[in-house]
Amino acid sequence: MKTLKKINSIDELNKTVEAEIQRRRSEKRPILTVSAGTCGQARGSLKVIEALENVVEEKNLKDKVKINVTGCHGFCEAEPNIIIHPHNVFYQHVQNKDAEEIISDTILNSQIIERLLYSDHATGETAQKEEDISFYKKQMRLVLGDNSLIDPTEIADYLSIGGYRSLSKVLSTMTPEAVIDTIKQSGLRGRGGAGFPSGNKWALTRGAKGEKKYIICNADEGDPGAYMDRSLMEGNPHRVLEGMIIGAYAIGASQGYIYIRDEYPLALKHITLAIQQAEQLGLLGENILGTGFNLKIHISKGAGAFVCGEETALIASIEGKVGTPRQRPPFPAVRGLWKSPTNINNVETWGNVPIIIDKGAEWFSQIGTNGSKGTKIFSLVGKINNTGLVEVPMGITLREVIYDVGGGIPGGKGFKAVQTGGPSGGCLPKEKLNLPIDYESLTEAGSIMGSGGMIVMDENTCMVDVAKYFLNFLRDESCGICLSCREGTQRMWEIVKNISEGNGKAGDIELLDTLAKAVKDASLCGLGQTAANPVLSTLRYFRDEYEVHVRDKRCPAGVCKELIQYSVLEDKCTGCLACLKVCPSEAITGELKEVHIIDPSKCIKCGACFEACNFDAIQIE
Amino acid sequence: MITMKMNNLDVQAEEGSTILETAKFYGLEIPTLCYNPGLSNFGGCRLCLVEIGEGPRTKLVSSCTYPVEEGLVVHTDTKRVLEARKMMIELMLSVAPYSKVIQDLASRFGVKQVRFKVRNEECVYCGLCVRMCAEQMDARAIGFQNRGFKRKISTPFDMRSPECRLCGACIYICPACQMRCIGPDPETAVCNACLNLDPTCVDVYDELQCWMYDAGRCGTCVREKPENSDSKEQVRDDNP
Repeated sequence: MKTLKKINSIDELNKTVEAEIQRRRSEKRPILTVSAGTCGQARGSLKVIEALENVVEEKNLKDKVKINVTGCHGFCEAEPNIIIHPHNVFYQHVQNKDAEEIISDTILNSQIIERLLYSDHATGETAQKEEDISFYKKQMRLVLGDNSLIDPTEIADYLSIGGYRSLSKVLSTMTPEAVIDTIKQSGLRGRGGAGFPSGNKWALTRGAKGEKKYIICNADEGDPGAYMDRSLMEGNPHRVLEGMIIGAYAIGASQGYIYIRDEYPLALKHITLAIQQAEQLGLLGENILGTGFNLKIHISKGAGAFVCGEETALIASIEGKVGTPRQRPPFPAVRGLWKSPTNINNVETWGNVPIIIDKGAEWFSQIGTNGSKGTKIFSLVGKINNTGLVEVPMGITLREVIYDVGGGIPGGKGFKAVQTGGPSGGCLPKEKLNLPIDYESLTEAGSIMGSGGMIVMDENTCMVDVAKYFLNFLRDESCGICLSCREGTQRMWEIVKNISEGNGKAGDIELLDTLAKAVKDASLCGLGQTAANPVLSTLRYFRDEYEVHVRDKRCPAGVCKELIQYSVLEDKCTGCLACLKVCPSEAITGELKEVHIIDPSKCIKCGACFEACNFDAIQIE
Repeated sequence: MITMKMNNLDVQAEEGSTILETAKFYGLEIPTLCYNPGLSNFGGCRLCLVEIGEGPRTKLVSSCTYPVEEGLVVHTDTKRVLEARKMMIELMLSVAPYSKVIQDLASRFGVKQVRFKVRNEECVYCGLCVRMCAEQMDARAIGFQNRGFKRKISTPFDMRSPECRLCGACIYICPACQMRCIGPDPETAVCNACLNLDPTCVDVYDELQCWMYDAGRCGTCVREKPENSDSKEQVRDDNP
């Protein structure tokens, strides 16, 4: 890594930012932006980058094209994808063999390669540019948008999009109180789950007695199927860092921690690099930009316990103790890390701060609903056409997110439920599709905003099975202190497991309901208090499904193995042997062009035949 | 001094004390299991739940860990508290039915059945032994392992710990392994025999049933007249 020249004053920072902006403007070469976040890399984007670089090297095109390796562009379904600036041409599912064609056709001859374009699932229309794709149309990518513009390992790239301008504004023109007032007026609320107003939290920590104060960035994202924070740290680590520096200035903290899970190696690498670069530039450390303000940011790696996302458990973990929550009050703002006042915010919350400072509280507070301002990033996963990270303004309806941004359910299947807020969230049914997404409405509907996981389920999903999955996760992740949470989640899981295996008996559902309410009431921390949500929300909206499992010993969705049977539909079977070949337990017999038969005593209900059959001849009942 | 309301009484509490300590001072009874005045507060058994707050936004907290606050409104025996508490006792019974302490609690709070499959672990992970070992014996020979349903209490690496002096303090304080209940019915996992340990006498003196043969002089069967009667004087019902 090249050493960067230290910036000693705010003026100098402004000049550097201006120079970097000019540098970006003067870039005349087309830019090939390849997404290489963790998801992109998993789909082979590193190979694509290598192939592209080879072509450029071979043809000696260094002055004709620039390859920019960026973080995630959000559209995971289309990974590895390439955006070609300045015209924003969007290519999806790029493979390394496409590299030569992209360079010779699109870059040199301005020809679009049709087969790499995105085609809409519903209409079949192809979209050339990023902004024409339905996935991006309804989004408002305030926080994530810059991911596709910058190389996350280069601080200069962040400066060239006006980065650290907010910091300069804060240090030169604003008092700490003014910063807190701005955040208060903006209406920003914590993006980690509970939605506490961030400005108030900052003010509490600032007002608390204590010589030393700390700020913490909570990057312990542990919900299954959620990866908003990872993507932001991988793709734009300096935005988070800038938010933290501004926060530290406002709160009066001189030490900061980023608590990040060790399972996020790329995010860890990029944020570590970002801290090093910021230190070299003099944006972190002693006497920042000659203002006398000091801030040191440390990295603390988490071992992947879900409960460590709870702030008191997180503090215990940083202190080197077992990561278990404690009673609040005293709140961390009064007595936090090493008994000093501590302010903890989530990655996305910190990431919003520079934007609010840059564009103003009034501008920010115009986005969203009355109680919930700004945008929220959701990871839209599950049975959805356009899997990916979506950033939408608060108040948008679930229907818009799922059908307009997400492109609906694959295979023409019906929508059944959407699970928001991770394991502690709830499942919302079809009737709630028109619900505007904000903190209050989701809580009222029996779910939570959470950190932003959104798992879409189609009609082939069994809600009892879903509840069982989340309970299994929670009984493992409960810290085990509270009897209600430790034993409660275990017992709920046992009851639901019994029901899903056909051993449910009358009274089980009522007991489950009573127990769930007691767990919700009696537990100490947020994990326990929300651990019953998967049960309570599925009981609230899908009680009949539980009843069918208990009373008729039947799984309507055909998921619970103990309650289903596979058989061959005689009139549809063509005798193609496809199912017979894939059956691992040799339960299927039959000859070519004759109807096959499944022997139920041998069938292990793996579903391989169902997947293999091209004629819908396998029936689940 | 902090002033607050407890069961509609105005009470005063010292700053830094807990709701439980204040309640005890005023003679308000809150059941506990993992609480011990000589040890740090743990908040694990959730028996000492109380309801705090007013109006629609009330919540349950463990009184042994919750610090007193100016103007706090506390209720120790609402329906919500009692229901949650009964469920906690039921959960504890399902993993330690032979504990006399827990069976007694079941008797006291009218827990008549255990609806979960009994899994006799003889431990409710209240952490009394762990805290006793660390805080009173200064040994730290035992501790918690794992989390969630895999949680257990043991020595490091499950080996004999050189820190352990075999003092037995952990066993002394254990609510599950020392005092045994011999009575749990395998079907219900509840004993309820302790319910009968209260004086067996009836409200009304009965010559045949008086097992003290003292014609009701022990006073057990003496009862107060109903409130609406003229005289508040205690009467003895001599005529069966």
